[in-house]
Amino acid sequence: MSRITLTDVSRSFGSVKVLHDINLDIRDGELIVFVGPSGCGKSTLLRLIAGLDRPTSGKIAINGEDVTRVAAADRGLAMVFQSYALYPHMSVRQNLAFGLENARMPKPEIEQRIAEAARMLNIEPYLDRRPGQLSGGQRQRVAIGRAIVRNPTAFLLDEPLSNLDAELRISTRAELAALHERLSATMIYVTHDQIEAMTLADRIVVLRDGRIEQVGTPLDLYNKPANLFVAGFIGAPRMNFLPSDKLPGTAGSTVGIRPQHLRAADGKAKLKAKVTLVEALGYETVVHGLLDDLPLLAVLPGQKSFEAGDTIALTYDAENLHAFDEQGQRVD
Amino acid sequence: MRNVSAFLLRRRGGRGWHWTDIFTWFWLIAGFLVMFGPAVWLVNSSFKTPAALAEFPPTILPYVTAETVVEGYDKPLPLYEVKLPDGTVQVLAEVRRIGIVAQMVDPENPGEIIKVNIQDRTPKRSVSFAFDNYVRPLVVNDFVLYLQNSVFVTVMATLITLLTNSMAAFALSKYNFRGRSAVMMLIVATLMVPLSVILVPLYSVISAMGLFNSLWGVILPTVATPTGVFMLRQYMLTIPDELIDAARMDKASEWQIYWRIILPLTAPALAVLAIFSVVWRWNDFLWPLIVLSRKELYTLQVGLNTYAGELNVQWHYILAMTVVTMIPVVLVFVFLQRFITTGIAGTGLK
Repeated sequence: MSRITLTDVSRSFGSVKVLHDINLDIRDGELIVFVGPSGCGKSTLLRLIAGLDRPTSGKIAINGEDVTRVAAADRGLAMVFQSYALYPHMSVRQNLAFGLENARMPKPEIEQRIAEAARMLNIEPYLDRRPGQLSGGQRQRVAIGRAIVRNPTAFLLDEPLSNLDAELRISTRAELAALHERLSATMIYVTHDQIEAMTLADRIVVLRDGRIEQVGTPLDLYNKPANLFVAGFIGAPRMNFLPSDKLPGTAGSTVGIRPQHLRAADGKAKLKAKVTLVEALGYETVVHGLLDDLPLLAVLPGQKSFEAGDTIALTYDAENLHAFDEQGQRVD
Repeated sequence: MRNVSAFLLRRRGGRGWHWTDIFTWFWLIAGFLVMFGPAVWLVNSSFKTPAALAEFPPTILPYVTAETVVEGYDKPLPLYEVKLPDGTVQVLAEVRRIGIVAQMVDPENPGEIIKVNIQDRTPKRSVSFAFDNYVRPLVVNDFVLYLQNSVFVTVMATLITLLTNSMAAFALSKYNFRGRSAVMMLIVATLMVPLSVILVPLYSVISAMGLFNSLWGVILPTVATPTGVFMLRQYMLTIPDELIDAARMDKASEWQIYWRIILPLTAPALAVLAIFSVVWRWNDFLWPLIVLSRKELYTLQVGLNTYAGELNVQWHYILAMTVVTMIPVVLVFVFLQRFITTGIAGTGLK
């Protein structure tokens, strides 16, 4: 059981308030992703949960027990750092054993746990090497291994994939998802990459400027973004935003439509856009256009024979529109 | 090998000589003589007898005048090469000298006295090393004891220096507390206070603590060095804080973080400080001279001073023991040069 509850958590550095009254309930066994642009406070929030930093006000509870003033070591959490933070002067085995030795665990049990984690992560051949002799992907596994051997109540992962190359990132992402499945442990994952968030998360927390913008499952966020920020942040390419008077029959002041939801009109066109750039990817065509001087992006399936300067006719289904009021909040 | 000589001997002027080539060679040779000459002179002179040391003009190598025992004379007589009036050169022994005339005898034929103008004779000399300069202080005098004292002071002071300075540096680099930079400034500012200024109060402190005439009285005041704290702190600042966070998550105590994470990672800077500390403590003279007044506690540098009396300076012993004293420092520099240069480059201190 590991349920983490944050109540009115704030954190200020001097006069700068980086987290504003965060309320969040993280359920047992869930993989929750904190996502947001850099500087939004997501790493600070993770450090508060880890106990490496103390909130200015508010309460953090693990399984109903108030741990706000409890030291990091005694919260039973394990963290994977962005830089991995492996001890460079110790072998992989010593890196894994360090936390267990500090907990005064008997030697045979340490050995057994290391063997188990090494097998699970395929790092057995490198156990006697130093971190400096490992590749990025291998270091990443060791960092995860160091968290696993501790058998923590929850895993905290701070942008664990950001130092890997694109290909490795995709495969490691899948491995992390599998690992979560297998350990069925609570995981808190911080990233600025919304695709990582969408693919991994049970629930996503979108943060901006120290405030939670929306909490929900990936598809909730995609289908029903609560405000303009979430609508623009989740989904790639970015959602098109247009004043509502450009699209007939819509409410609110701003209307959003995802580029994928626009399609070439056979009959009656709802929009006419002037093409400025065509990106042909083979399986789809990304069209950059202008709708009365407002930029518009459309992702059309298959290959199209447009050229810059053409005017194209587009249409959409009304249920794919997202309407927002003057404050940028969603209107249904 | 050819590449090495080609590298060393190549000139900017190609086949000819550019003026910078001449300047460089001149500069390097002159520098070599200025730097290395005194060391060579010291080592050679340490093998000279007192008489050879007093000789003018001085010689580079230790020479002694050859002597021989001649029948009918009690003392051995010095030998000279003499140019005789008939133009032949003969080796004669000098009996005595009166004004510009020397009375000499042929060792083969001791009965006959030959009078020779001192212009016409040159002493017959050979290179000879006076090892007694080394043997006497080391075997008969207490220099071995002084050596032990010096080693004890240097080793203990260095160990304590490393421990205390690294702890201070750890706190000043990895903990955030109010007044951290003020404390750091204060520590670095003490670099501006020379020993002679604090000599008297320091003496009172040591005396009040009962450490007068004790090797600990030499060791303890020297162990907290601002240079060391500053150097180690600058190095520790480069150790990522995430490592410490990771160790905290791994249930490490603050002592364990210091001892098992920070210290091993600071090893290069510790090596530099250790070298500096060894050299400093080994060469310390003034403070040990003040604290130690019992002969059996003297360190090498203070021991050397005993050969310089008020009326009589035993240069031959001083020179020989100076060589002995220099050897460890020279070895440190020869073998650990790489660390020393990184240390100086890293901190701008020396």
